[in-house]
Amino acid sequence: MAAGATYVSIASQTLSSAASTITFSSIPATYTDLIIVQQGTAVTTAAAMQMELNSDTTAGNYSCTFMYGDGTSAASGRYTGDKMVGRNYIQQQNNIIQIMNYSNATTYKTTLSRSNAAGNLVGTIVSLWRNTAAITNVRLFVGAGNFDTGTTFSLYGIAAA
Amino acid sequence: MATANTFVQIGSTVTVGSGGAANISFSSIPATYTDLVLIISGRSDYAATISRAKMQINAITTNYSNTMAYGDGSSVSSTTNTDYITYIYSVGSTATASTFSNSNIYIPNYAGSNYKSVSVDSVTENNATAAYAVIEAGLLSNTAAISSLTITDANSGNFVQYSTASLYGILKY
Repeated sequence: MAAGATYVSIASQTLSSAASTITFSSIPATYTDLIIVQQGTAVTTAAAMQMELNSDTTAGNYSCTFMYGDGTSAASGRYTGDKMVGRNYIQQQNNIIQIMNYSNATTYKTTLSRSNAAGNLVGTIVSLWRNTAAITNVRLFVGAGNFDTGTTFSLYGIAAA
Repeated sequence: MATANTFVQIGSTVTVGSGGAANISFSSIPATYTDLVLIISGRSDYAATISRAKMQINAITTNYSNTMAYGDGSSVSSTTNTDYITYIYSVGSTATASTFSNSNIYIPNYAGSNYKSVSVDSVTENNATAAYAVIEAGLLSNTAAISSLTITDANSGNFVQYSTASLYGILKY
């Protein structure tokens, strides 16, 4: 039996000018998981990269637990009311975000992220959005500074075989 | 809406033969894709429970940096190095027999004109002490497109028989 497409490019964006936010909208419910790959640099200021789902701006619906190393020590912590899924550094870096079971309408949504900025920080973050709605819209943003020109964002869908 | 599969194996899986191998290489990597994923199952003949390999890009020997965090079952630590873009952990010859490490190396925009950043996850569980779980961020401050990858045991050991490495390309529209 021929295998179906299981790792599919849904959309991608390359910034032609610096921006503090990008959005993937009208995400189809066709897949089981989503993966977002961001690569690039920040303008002047490093900051947390945050994510809002389905335009839900209520901070109280989000929480995260993280572990990181900065080259000297490693630590872990957690935030309530926080939308962090990565970091945006001035140095070239990448963030890889996996959103599991995004299209079900029964469970809260869990996200697993890896943030990679050699020379600054390496980390992993698990995030929770306490809402059962299927995800159709993802907004990534920084609270300070911008994503610089040339930063890329790719959205992939993983389909069950 | 695009529907084609974009996770494609490049070449064939490298499986180390009975004589072992000092390194594993992928050359002539096409610029057809946007991201690369390298999956390694590795074990070294280095006489320790843990070994590690270094990844070199395009035979470049300078301008690397790396930050890693790792846990060994009792504590977590973090360190940096500038030798290679990443260390890929593997189990050594004194680890539990038949155990192999797993490593996943993700390289976004490998064919672009940007500096090359990588994301690495390595685990060496062997149902004994001295197992590592490692996350790494690597950077090559060089804008050349990546056309070759070479993984060499950092302790001058060899990858043992049945170690494998597979390279995949991810294509976006």
